[in-house]
Amino acid sequence: MTLPMLSGEPHVITAGADLLGEALDAQAVPRVRVDWRPPMPGTEDHLARVLADPRRAAANVRAAGRLTSARPQLVAVRPAHEVLELPPGTFLHAGPPIDWERASGPMRGALIGAMLLEGLAADAQEAGKLLAAGRARLDSCHHHRTVGPMAGVVSPSMWMFEVHDAEHGGTAYCSLNEGLGKVLRYGAYGPEVIERLRWMGEVLGPALRATLELTGPLDLRSLIAQALQMGDELHNRNRAATSLLVRELAPAVVEAAPGHAAEVLRFVNGNDHFFLNPGMAACKVSADAARDIPGSTMVVAMARNGTDFGVQVSGLGDRWFTGPAGVPDGLYLGAYGPADANPDIGDSTITETAGLGGFAMAAAPAIVRFVGGDVSDAVAATRSMYEITLAEHPAYQIPGLGFRGTPVGVDVTLVARTGLLPTVNTGIAGRVAGTGQVGAGLVSPPASAFTAALAALADAVPIG
Amino acid sequence: MSSDLVQVRTGVYHDSVSLMRVSQAVTGLPGVEVAVVAMATELNLGIAAELGFELPPAGPADLLVAVRAADPGAADLAAAELDRLLSGLAARTGSPAAAEHPPRTVRAAARLVADPGAAGAGGGPSTGAAGPGEGPQGTPSPAGASGGAALVLVSVPGPYAFAEAMDALDAGLSVMIFSDNVPVEQEVLLKRRASELGLLVMGPDCGTAVVGGAGLGFANVLRPGPVGVVAASGTGAQQVTCLLDLAGVGVGHVLGVGGRDLSAEVGGLSTLRALDALDADPATELIVLISKPPAPEVADAVLQAAGKLSTPVVTAFLGPGRDDLTAAAESVLRALKTEPPAWPSWPAAGEDGRTAAGAATGRLRGIYSGGTLCTEARLVAGTGEFTDYGDDEYTRGRAHPMIDPALRLEALAAVPPGDVALLDVVLGHGADPDPSARLAPAITAAVSRGVPVVVALVGTEGDPQGLAAQARALSAAGARVFASNAQAARHAARLAGAPVPVRSTR
Repeated sequence: MTLPMLSGEPHVITAGADLLGEALDAQAVPRVRVDWRPPMPGTEDHLARVLADPRRAAANVRAAGRLTSARPQLVAVRPAHEVLELPPGTFLHAGPPIDWERASGPMRGALIGAMLLEGLAADAQEAGKLLAAGRARLDSCHHHRTVGPMAGVVSPSMWMFEVHDAEHGGTAYCSLNEGLGKVLRYGAYGPEVIERLRWMGEVLGPALRATLELTGPLDLRSLIAQALQMGDELHNRNRAATSLLVRELAPAVVEAAPGHAAEVLRFVNGNDHFFLNPGMAACKVSADAARDIPGSTMVVAMARNGTDFGVQVSGLGDRWFTGPAGVPDGLYLGAYGPADANPDIGDSTITETAGLGGFAMAAAPAIVRFVGGDVSDAVAATRSMYEITLAEHPAYQIPGLGFRGTPVGVDVTLVARTGLLPTVNTGIAGRVAGTGQVGAGLVSPPASAFTAALAALADAVPIG
Repeated sequence: MSSDLVQVRTGVYHDSVSLMRVSQAVTGLPGVEVAVVAMATELNLGIAAELGFELPPAGPADLLVAVRAADPGAADLAAAELDRLLSGLAARTGSPAAAEHPPRTVRAAARLVADPGAAGAGGGPSTGAAGPGEGPQGTPSPAGASGGAALVLVSVPGPYAFAEAMDALDAGLSVMIFSDNVPVEQEVLLKRRASELGLLVMGPDCGTAVVGGAGLGFANVLRPGPVGVVAASGTGAQQVTCLLDLAGVGVGHVLGVGGRDLSAEVGGLSTLRALDALDADPATELIVLISKPPAPEVADAVLQAAGKLSTPVVTAFLGPGRDDLTAAAESVLRALKTEPPAWPSWPAAGEDGRTAAGAATGRLRGIYSGGTLCTEARLVAGTGEFTDYGDDEYTRGRAHPMIDPALRLEALAAVPPGDVALLDVVLGHGADPDPSARLAPAITAAVSRGVPVVVALVGTEGDPQGLAAQARALSAAGARVFASNAQAARHAARLAGAPVPVRSTR
């Protein structure tokens, strides 16, 4: 059997002692130098076991293949009580599971708001008491094929985007985006917040439902691909995607809801982030297609509840691996500053999980005005993510990088080996319940979430 | 009153060989007593602690700097020079395309080789496919298929080598593992995976290889030719191929397989694969298989496999009662219908014939850098005290003696008058750029003390150091120099008055 390296001019990749690389340079042998460094401390044995797992390579090919071949389509807008098992008094929230005791300010604020919206408490004080007494049931959105930005609180009367994966058959949900400023997802629960949510339930939701019935399924894969080429990264910048969505829906909105068309379109058009939520559902349905592949080391969810940052891994089922959520580093609105910031919160890291957001920064140079830094930082952020991902997205491409696909499919072993953590773009919620948004920026997940997942992967490697 | 400078720098990584050079350079500065510049591994922290430095907490991903100088002024100068040297290391890059964003793993580098467009911002159009090893069928595609044959050279510390080597195999590339201290079960796993994928794992602890004219690790510059070598012994392969080169016979490939390959645990996995690959290589007309004594059952399997090849195989299993390496090289020449030449040797300066056999009365001291050369010399001489300074025991926390002769110089200086010193000097890429420069004064000192010095000089005229130039410098210093290690050992044993079994290597 022939060995390819024995024919043709040699080309060498070197990792390790520079002396040996220099010896090749002296012979004019072309080479690529690996800038190698030791892995995260304490991971050597786990890495050796996981990398030796004979299932790993094929499992990751399959996981990355399913994630990148998903074809998310927006098929409907429906009330949560219709599509989710959500009996009264049950609320979904962002991130890994958490109870009231450990919940941060914005999470508590959003839960209070949801209690008020559902008519389960007369005022905020009563709502807080009931929640503290354990009178509401809390569960993670991710346990219900659902994602929610920031606090991510979902209650039965809220309306949801329903996204279907035309390739693998999955379904995922995300609530409707309320806009910026004082909004429930940032922990605000004042009268204007509740009033807006009521209008969304009475007018916006039904109008969009009727609209989708007219248009039929909307191809989100193609819409996201276009938005990337128009300067969005689909997490903190959704201006192009929202504009494209309006272009797709506007005529049908007019036909489906003539009485409310102007206010509906004005609302959608007035919120650059309106597409964030259907985009998140698209990412969720894609990532879910890659779940439960034994041996796969690919991350299928990254999510924060304002206290913990958690990851889920394809080969490890529904287990969460968590570490403390960090405080984002970024720019602040008005007089707010870092002291007002809550630790990282929200399921919107599903965009990074699916190769968008912080991973697609290079596609969105305008984002640096919003999260701080230079354009070169945005390019460097995307480049470094190729180091820790399994694939490049075939449809989501970055014009500025020669139409290279976005880095997608975080591999826990590569995170441990390189010490590079996923780059996450995020909004910043005020730490006091009821405040709302105070800024936007970048945040690093805790390394411990990934090393814990790696240890569990090592334990899951079959013996022999 | 001396002044200690201790720093822990986080987020800085350099390989141990580079840092040893920096440590040496700083230690050599005026007013500096000792300098430890090393990654803060347990071993290195221990070394610094033993030297009496007060150390803050640090881990293997941190760079430890510990300098003891005569006074604070000297310490400041040392710190400045240190920064200069370290920034020099940081500025080093391999390929210009990857200079700005060098890959952090072999996996990323393999992707770069397979798709150079990934390096630059304005690269070619995306193929839309995933990286290497992630094709739709999930089968690895050989990176670099378009622009020559790629392979991977791994020399990271042993505990980390597995991940990088596995990356190579996952990307469809063969790999040479220079690193030692790789657990044997990892070696077996890698080699089994390579066999399944039709690839080759050279090593671990593979010191030398030549692939398509490129010398990897410690490698001699050999004329191209029809001989292919499979070697479980680095310096053994270097001796045989250098002698072939001296006889005018060229070598196409030298495939090292690592010293453990022919053990019962590994079962010759890479040897079998390498034999097979050379047999399939149209340019290889004769295969030489070189190893220290293999496990008997493995030797049987390997010999049986070798017998089935269409290419003739000359086997050199070094051991008591077997051919030495020089004899093996001569067998190869005869198999190629070439008459073995008289192997070159260079008389010691002032040698007049009276310093012939039995002139000295003491013992033979073998001071070696090459493991196989050391074993061979011990077998050939049949007497004396031999030390392999390339052994793990002597290379912990310091560079290999082919790069840093300090320990061997100390050993040579300690040989008592009347004893005979026998040294190897191995030339080639990766080795000391001018070994005679530091050895010559030590040799002269030994000879003038009444210690005859014999040198086995393994190299070729094409080596960067040049065989003849090094031989002249060593012989001018007073050493008797042989191109054949076996001849050097025989000569040294005779000088020491030992009854050497006469065994023609002609």
